Amino acid sequence: MTYQPLHRRPKNESEVRTVNPDTTSRPAVNIAGVGAQPVAGHQPRAAAPVMELSGVSVYYGAYEAVRGTSMPIQEKQITAMIGPSGCGKSTILRSLNRMNDLIPGARVTGSVTYHGQDLYAKDVDPIEVRRRIGMVFQKPNPFPKSIYDNVAYGPRVTGMKVANMDDLVEKALRDAALWDEVKDKLKSSGLSLSGGQQQRLCIARTIAVKPEIILMDEPCSALDPIATAKIEDLMFELSNDYTIVIVTHNMQQAARVSHYTSFFTAEVDEKQERHGRLVEFTNTSKLFTNPTDKRTEDYITGRFG
Amino acid sequence: MSAPTLTPTRPEPSAPGAALTQRRSRPGEVAFRLAMQSCLVIAFGVLASLLAWVLIKGWNRLDSRLWTEMPTGLTSRLDGAGVQSALVGTLWIISLVAVICLPIGILSAIYLEEYADNTRWYNRLLELNIQNLAGVPSIIFGILGLGIIARALGLGFTVITAAIVLSLLVLPVVIIATREAIRAVPQSIRQASYALGATKWQTVSRQVLPSAVPGIATGSILALSRAIGEAAPLIVLGAVTFITFNPDGLDSAYTALPIQIYTFITRPQAEFAELAAGAIVLLLAIVLVMNSIAIFVRNRFEKRW
Repeated sequence: MTYQPLHRRPKNESEVRTVNPDTTSRPAVNIAGVGAQPVAGHQPRAAAPVMELSGVSVYYGAYEAVRGTSMPIQEKQITAMIGPSGCGKSTILRSLNRMNDLIPGARVTGSVTYHGQDLYAKDVDPIEVRRRIGMVFQKPNPFPKSIYDNVAYGPRVTGMKVANMDDLVEKALRDAALWDEVKDKLKSSGLSLSGGQQQRLCIARTIAVKPEIILMDEPCSALDPIATAKIEDLMFELSNDYTIVIVTHNMQQAARVSHYTSFFTAEVDEKQERHGRLVEFTNTSKLFTNPTDKRTEDYITGRFG
Repeated sequence: MSAPTLTPTRPEPSAPGAALTQRRSRPGEVAFRLAMQSCLVIAFGVLASLLAWVLIKGWNRLDSRLWTEMPTGLTSRLDGAGVQSALVGTLWIISLVAVICLPIGILSAIYLEEYADNTRWYNRLLELNIQNLAGVPSIIFGILGLGIIARALGLGFTVITAAIVLSLLVLPVVIIATREAIRAVPQSIRQASYALGATKWQTVSRQVLPSAVPGIATGSILALSRAIGEAAPLIVLGAVTFITFNPDGLDSAYTALPIQIYTFITRPQAEFAELAAGAIVLLLAIVLVMNSIAIFVRNRFEKRW
């Protein structure tokens, strides 16, 4: 895997991404059984960390929202972040591609590295960071444009050299498992699709710019179980080519799709302020079957949160 | 422990299965509805009677003479008189106002809404001033224009002076309307654009502005409609009260419809009042056309989220 420094645009797309031939088939899990006991997640593949968080704290103004988070993000694996509301998992997720920059007063301390480069170094271009590390949001947010233009927007604004935009759009929509449903209406509005289709359109839009990492902030929380199952299948497919980090409220979802899971919780300090904190990070199967920390165990067994 | 007793919310709770057909009288509902209807009748009634009055009064003058003939000061020539020079003057001024005021107003609004850091005191001061400017009487703008633009800058009593002053007058309205329209674009659209690696200007120009077009167009045209009816600043700025040629350039002397109407009405003869009524109908027709354009643009480009 080669990569380019963040302050320089890649010259050739094929230089940036290579396809991992190591494709693992998805173990049988009970998708429909939302609410069932968590099942063991996928076995992690041999992998190297593509990102590293060490001692990351995120502040909103003077308020420290998340304290001292250290964890790796493994390449071409799905890393889930779970925990109760207000524990800072979305905040940490947004710090991974500098979306926090858009929030006035937000500040990150500690280090977030991507292939060894500090994401918050002075000369790093946040635009370039977001091109490599894409994001899918909680509520599907297609642009009020045609399905085609939604997908083509990213390649156009980032100035990707595209031989044939039609092919690129088709490829992205196929990879997002949406092509068959929309191939006859590429000119109609992205907003005319159902919620689940809209979310897959947002995923197609994200992979059209060929990022290396995809961050997903509760991507299924606005969707019904069938649409959720489709997105989960899709995530698993995508993990052959992409590194995925997903924030979810749904423990079963984390157990079903992820290789690694981190559990966050909120701590109250002496000044009665709540701070998010990473409690445990490990293999998904270990976290759900044999957690080290008592708080993790309480949460996954439903005694708390 | 006895079950808690529920306080009945109505004096006599109906028995289950009691007839549903007995309608209660609800005086509050009726009174409020009547109050709203009377307000509507007052507002609409006054407008309608004004309109009816000018239509009846000016009925004999509502023909092509209005725009093909020049005004006159002589009662004997009234039969062949119109308001062509005033109409052309108004069209000159309003086109120039659009050219001057819309780019400045829209760009200022984009800056304030998308770029300015409103935690800075100078940006907040700027905002406060714009809100206040919208409430400054138009005659003040006239005096300012007389002192600075006509005299100090030496532009004199010309079309361009009038256009600049009217632009300043309606600028706050354009800025406020544009800011509202920009603010109505959901934050999720901006986030989606940034997450794909778009720059700030790409996000503003390709997502925010196109989505805000209906609101911007509506606000701008309403602002221009206000400028078209202004007489007070033009009186100070030396709009000629009697002129028999059309303006032929930016430095030309001019008159405008509101000024011409004012001049006619100050004459004692009934024929002049009749011609004034005709000119009022013409002015109203222009405003009506502009507002129709606003409605058309709004419906044509309206986005749903």
